[in-house]
Amino acid sequence: MNVKLLFVLCLFPFALKAQGFSGLGTDADGFAKPLPKPVFQFPADHGPHPDYRIEWWYLTANLSGPNGKPYGLQWTLFRSALAPGEAQGWKSPQVWFAHAAITTPEQHMTEERFARGGIGQAGVKAEPFHAWIDDWQMTGPDLNSLKLRANGSDFSYDMVLTTEGPLVFHGKDGYSIKSADGRASYYYSQPFFHIEGVLRLPDGEIEVTGEAWLDREWSSQPLADTQLGWDWFSLTFKEGSKLMGFQLRQKEGKTFSAATWIAPDGNTISYSDGLFKAKPLVISEVSDRGIPTQWMVSLPERGISVKVTALNPKAWMDLSIPYWEGPVTFVGSHEGRGYLEMTGYE
Amino acid sequence: MIRACLKAMFSHWFCNPLQLLALVAGLSIATALWSGVQAINSEARSSYDAASGMLRDGEFDQLVSKQGNSIPQEVYVQLRLAGWLVSPVIEGQLADVHLIGLDSLTAPRGLDILSINYINANLGIENKPTLIGNKETARLLQGMVNVHIDPAIAPGTALGDVGIVQRLLRRDDLSHLLILPEQPLVQPELASVAPGLRVKSSLQTTDMTQLTESFHLNLTAFGLLSFAVGLFVVYGTIGLAFEQRRGIVRTLRSLGVPLHLLAGVLVIEMLIFTLIGAGMGIVFGYLIAALLLPDVAATLSGLYGAQIPGTLKLRTEWWLSGVLICFLGSSAAFTGRIWQIWKMPLLASVRPRAWAMASAASVKNLGFLAVILLSVALMLGIWGTGLLAAFAVVAFLLIGAALALPVLATIALNFIQKKSVTPIWNWFWSDTRHQLPGLSLALMALLVAVSANVGVSTMVSSFRLTFAGFLDQRLAPELFIEVDSADESAELAAYLLKKNLEVLPLLAASRKIAGQPVRLFGIRVSPTYRDSWVFLSTTPDAWDRVELGVAAVINEQLARRAELWVGDNVEITPDFSMSIAAVVGDYGNPKGQVIVSEAVLRDLQPDVYAAQYGVRSDDVVNLKKDIILDLGISSKNMIDQAAIKAVSMKVFDRTFKVTRALNVLTLGVAGFALLMSLLTLADLRIPQLAPVWALGLTRRDLGRLELLRALLLSSLVFLCALPLGLALAWVLLNIVNVEAFGWQLPMYIFPIEYIKLACYAVLAALIAAAWPAFKLMRTPPSTLLKVFSNER
Repeated sequence: MNVKLLFVLCLFPFALKAQGFSGLGTDADGFAKPLPKPVFQFPADHGPHPDYRIEWWYLTANLSGPNGKPYGLQWTLFRSALAPGEAQGWKSPQVWFAHAAITTPEQHMTEERFARGGIGQAGVKAEPFHAWIDDWQMTGPDLNSLKLRANGSDFSYDMVLTTEGPLVFHGKDGYSIKSADGRASYYYSQPFFHIEGVLRLPDGEIEVTGEAWLDREWSSQPLADTQLGWDWFSLTFKEGSKLMGFQLRQKEGKTFSAATWIAPDGNTISYSDGLFKAKPLVISEVSDRGIPTQWMVSLPERGISVKVTALNPKAWMDLSIPYWEGPVTFVGSHEGRGYLEMTGYE
Repeated sequence: MIRACLKAMFSHWFCNPLQLLALVAGLSIATALWSGVQAINSEARSSYDAASGMLRDGEFDQLVSKQGNSIPQEVYVQLRLAGWLVSPVIEGQLADVHLIGLDSLTAPRGLDILSINYINANLGIENKPTLIGNKETARLLQGMVNVHIDPAIAPGTALGDVGIVQRLLRRDDLSHLLILPEQPLVQPELASVAPGLRVKSSLQTTDMTQLTESFHLNLTAFGLLSFAVGLFVVYGTIGLAFEQRRGIVRTLRSLGVPLHLLAGVLVIEMLIFTLIGAGMGIVFGYLIAALLLPDVAATLSGLYGAQIPGTLKLRTEWWLSGVLICFLGSSAAFTGRIWQIWKMPLLASVRPRAWAMASAASVKNLGFLAVILLSVALMLGIWGTGLLAAFAVVAFLLIGAALALPVLATIALNFIQKKSVTPIWNWFWSDTRHQLPGLSLALMALLVAVSANVGVSTMVSSFRLTFAGFLDQRLAPELFIEVDSADESAELAAYLLKKNLEVLPLLAASRKIAGQPVRLFGIRVSPTYRDSWVFLSTTPDAWDRVELGVAAVINEQLARRAELWVGDNVEITPDFSMSIAAVVGDYGNPKGQVIVSEAVLRDLQPDVYAAQYGVRSDDVVNLKKDIILDLGISSKNMIDQAAIKAVSMKVFDRTFKVTRALNVLTLGVAGFALLMSLLTLADLRIPQLAPVWALGLTRRDLGRLELLRALLLSSLVFLCALPLGLALAWVLLNIVNVEAFGWQLPMYIFPIEYIKLACYAVLAALIAAAWPAFKLMRTPPSTLLKVFSNER
């Protein structure tokens, strides 16, 4: 659940012009459409689906340094197709872009990369797993054991990830509904990564360790044109269970929400619209706009009611398309840490 | 009280409308000339700023192949995968259009114009490949590829997606890679990733911007010069106006008006004048620019091939700069005067004589300053490098000389006065000397204007003479025939062979040599070349070696830019170099040229054919007729030498039309300055003239003496301006030209031109003096008598 759509909208306005602004939502334009009751084929489905308009490999991690200092890490590879299908060389209609970030309580460093498909500068291969853009990569024999690397002008990192649990599927077996009128995407996650490695920051190298969450999602028309943006939470409770919840903000002030509760063994329970609730408590001034950096998040069905606070309220992704993404901690009925993403606060 | 003060101070201007006119006119003319030039500059610049979007890739460091102009695409991908942030560029020719292919996703942010255009045009998703170019380019590429029209793209150039350009050029490689300014923290050595590439720093990349910049610098210099001339007018007028208002100031202060209030009133006055002057100046400036812009457009397209539209838009940058410079100018003129009033003792003498005396003391200071400025000019001339230093020499030389003028004039007048025996002449010389402080600013303006005129006309005429000689040499064949295809070319060659005429085929190709875009010419060495070409530097057997295919001739532009000279080797392709047999002067052409034998060029580029033939013939008219009848070549494709020469000379003459127009304006302003100074001085001088009149000199005599004085002073100015102008011309030809254009020009002297100029200068001075002299002749005796009654 992410900002990718916005990227596509803003980066390639010509594509929209041709189809009308609501093109992405209403008309798949030759692109494949997610259908209910998906049957995933692994490892093939870890690879790209060029017939769908958008897709991402989205990794966030909560890390701790040797002295317990908290860090946040992001590594995201987006695929955006200008037309369905793949072709060799510059003719390829696939555009790749990636975001990387490191967040500390004081700092927030970001970097982005762009590449054309078809020439080998970026892509994803399912087996052995290899996702890359320039020298940034997420690679390993399979999704259970990965090496992760990003390299920016003021930071870089090299991490090792190993899974400690199964893949989890959101919505109905990975068919995740995004609006009341049934727009949807394919959406699964690997939320059970153990991660460790080295952050190279302006002040030096830091050994870190923690837990990471990988989201895999692809679609061709996941948003309604009345939806303004979204607030997405991935929370890891101290006792080992996890919660993924999002709300899509609509023009009339209404929201559309969904959530997945993930047991420590990977069993999930999905919650449909209206059950997961998130209310802003504190609005911070970030990059000349008001951003909610403290939330009241609740899922009464599971007795969850927590106050979620940003580790660094200034975690603004000041990239080609700006949004907010950063690590959070929470207290209340449960305690733990996680990640928060907010878009549409222009 | 403020209103009363304002009224009192302003009453001066109502009593002296002429001074008011001089002040406003001076300010607005100064601003007009400046902002007119700025308007032309900013218009032209904004036009090809966009056009040079493609040229701006020169701002970035590049990775180029150590050998040749080709980088395999895999090397680009390897570099990216290794963490090198580079962006691919492919360049090539298609139907006389220079194609540039870029990847907008990785292109540096500085190339934003391209990115937007290019993303919008296509990114490989449209079925029909599309490029971006101007209308003319679209016409050239018709039928081959879609062209999205964008007038901002440089003429003869089309931009597009790297993939599309590769397909159009039938290539799968890249020409070079742009290195993005920001690179990641961790990065391997270049040699370990791409050993075949080297970094070419952006400093080594030259582009057209530098050349056009020099033209603008030229214009700006003249704009500034004109502004200085206008400022002399303002300065002179304000000086006199304040001097005349000393009485009012003393009275007001005696009545109890606080000093700061008076100063405030004067500042308000200054602001009002600035606003009026700037407003009018900008309107006049717009008119000047609108009149001159078509010529500038023609000049730039003639000189550099840079296309700018001949229309004018009101741009913030130039009207704002007009207001600013007007404000700077008027505050420069006012501040000193307000300061004088501030420091003036309450009961100081209000006699203008005091001002003159004070000015006399400052003449010495001016002389001192002049010596410093001239020394700086000399030092910069010897040790300075770069175009800015060259223009600084011009500026220091002119200002230094202008400041030296009053000193020289005082010395000369003292000398003559000592030699004169009769009392009238003695008085005349002494009175002239006495008037110098009041006139010196106007005289300086005249000096600057006349010497700029001498300098620029010398430069233009030298340029023209050299250029005409050069055309004679280059355009020796009587007839030039152009063909459109290789078949036509072969047919014509065979036909001319039968006619047994001396034929000079010209084969041309575009190359990048030593990092410069270069025209590569293949010629057949014939007697015409041997007889008519004059080299700047050569070896004895130059043409023989060119004929044998072992040596090349290069033009001066390439020689200077690539630091090559006779005896060096020029690398034509990475695996083919030739020794340089001669360097030839090539005036008015910004591009480098390499001339090799026909055979050498055919070897290098097998598909090349002679698109132009020069033919030596005594009977051009009949030859043309025969060719039209026998070969069906259109007469449009045939140009006789006289016509080319005429076209070339026309392009060239237009080049300097703008500068000349500015010169005439400047001279006009200087004349106006003199008129205003004389007019204001005329009233001031009544007390000095009255005793002379009372001693028996008639008013008519006095008027004649006034005219004579103008004649003498303007002649003196001209005598100073001539050597100064010649020095200016020398600097322009030998320093500015080399720095700006890369070629040196011989300097010729044009005495008749200077005599004409002398006449103009004297005439301007006489016209300026005529009115005051006439006024003096008509001064009622009562006015003169009043002087004595007032003294009592």
